[in-house]
Amino acid sequence: MNRLGELERAIMDVLWETPEPLTVRQVSGQLTERDLAHTTVMTVLDRLAKKGFARRERDGRAWRYRAAESREAYVTELMLNALDQTGDRQAALARFVRSVSGAEARALRRALEALEAREALTAPGPREDAPAG
Amino acid sequence: MFLAVPILAAVAAGSIPAASALAAARWPGRSPAAAILLWQALGLGWGLAAVGALAGLGADPGQAGTLPGGVAGAALAVASRVMHGAAFGPRATGPLADLRLVSVAAGLVLLTLLCWVLVAASAAVLRARRRQRDLLSLLAHGDPKVPGALVLDHPAAAAYCVPGLRSRIVISAGTLELLDPAELAAVLAHERAHLRERHDLVLLPFTALLRVFRWCAVARRAEGAVALLVEMLADDHALRHRPARELATALLRVGAAGSQVPSGALAAAPAAPGASGGGGRGAGGGDGEVAVRVARLLRPAPGLPAPAIALVCGTAVLLVAVPVAFLFIPF
Repeated sequence: MNRLGELERAIMDVLWETPEPLTVRQVSGQLTERDLAHTTVMTVLDRLAKKGFARRERDGRAWRYRAAESREAYVTELMLNALDQTGDRQAALARFVRSVSGAEARALRRALEALEAREALTAPGPREDAPAG
Repeated sequence: MFLAVPILAAVAAGSIPAASALAAARWPGRSPAAAILLWQALGLGWGLAAVGALAGLGADPGQAGTLPGGVAGAALAVASRVMHGAAFGPRATGPLADLRLVSVAAGLVLLTLLCWVLVAASAAVLRARRRQRDLLSLLAHGDPKVPGALVLDHPAAAAYCVPGLRSRIVISAGTLELLDPAELAAVLAHERAHLRERHDLVLLPFTALLRVFRWCAVARRAEGAVALLVEMLADDHALRHRPARELATALLRVGAAGSQVPSGALAAAPAAPGASGGGGRGAGGGDGEVAVRVARLLRPAPGLPAPAIALVCGTAVLLVAVPVAFLFIPF
């Protein structure tokens, strides 16, 4: 990952950990990398605000920043897309397994068990699920 | 020239039952690449023939024969006369001329619609991928167990790739937990095949078409069939590097874990009656996509013989060549 990407990630981590909005100085203070220029942190925060990941609000003469959504909300967004559960079918992603209905999943579980049972019969090799005693 | 419109109309109308038949056929699983070529030709041929038939119906039959450029030329001539306010000239007025004008307009509208839909779908896909990459760069991390892939910390089982120039392969922590190293390697080989061969570009026109013809069962079946063929193609590529069994159990495990995710109301897929009842189908079980792919991996059917492949490719060429010929070659 490039330098800018790493900084964006570190700064988002700070915003996600703090529920209240932070000034640029406060964000800098919480970064593990301490000797960053004030303007660098400000630039990255602005970039994050432009991408919609951070929100900024005026507080007197300073700007305060907070995360637009929680980390969990973003992970959920990615997973809903990954599992094709957004209802908006599009070719943006290629999924290893497209959405599977409950009945289908049960049938697949039975098929997997049948396959493993058959192999255990035909080739009783060393398996981790062998009875220990 | 008089034959052009009926032939184009026949190609356009015939494409629809042909697509239905192709979606139901079993042979595509034996040679996915040839079947994908046929699907592409069917889609392109249908579009060209439908636009051509509408435009040709509106072209002035008295003059079309003398014009260069086939149906397209004749339709353009009509359009340019309309632009100049002369429509069909003094001798061609009344309901018939109006009907012809409507037909040419319908052809142009269809052509514009098809092009616009493709552009809009591409733009939406690029936007969605940029958001994916942005979010992944903030949230995902590498893991030595899956070299070259990103791991997303979530207990549900998911594996996917974000195609494009800056592609990504993503494995959820749930999948990392669920699969053994050999199965993970098979999943990665499958996803790399998608990225290398740009399978997303194959699927894009069909998903785009589905955005307009969502109500149309044939469009839904076409998109489903092509999506499945693309997965089969990636499965076949993975088999060059990994044994079939690893990929099959990876598919079964990830598929079986699917129901553990709380599914939103939008994802409620109607459970096909009998899909889980046919226990006699062997290790496949069910009729879903995953079951079909697993059965294909564990009990591979021989690929189509060379003459059959030649027939499929020849049909594909004809499906595109015939409409193009009537559209652009003067008669």
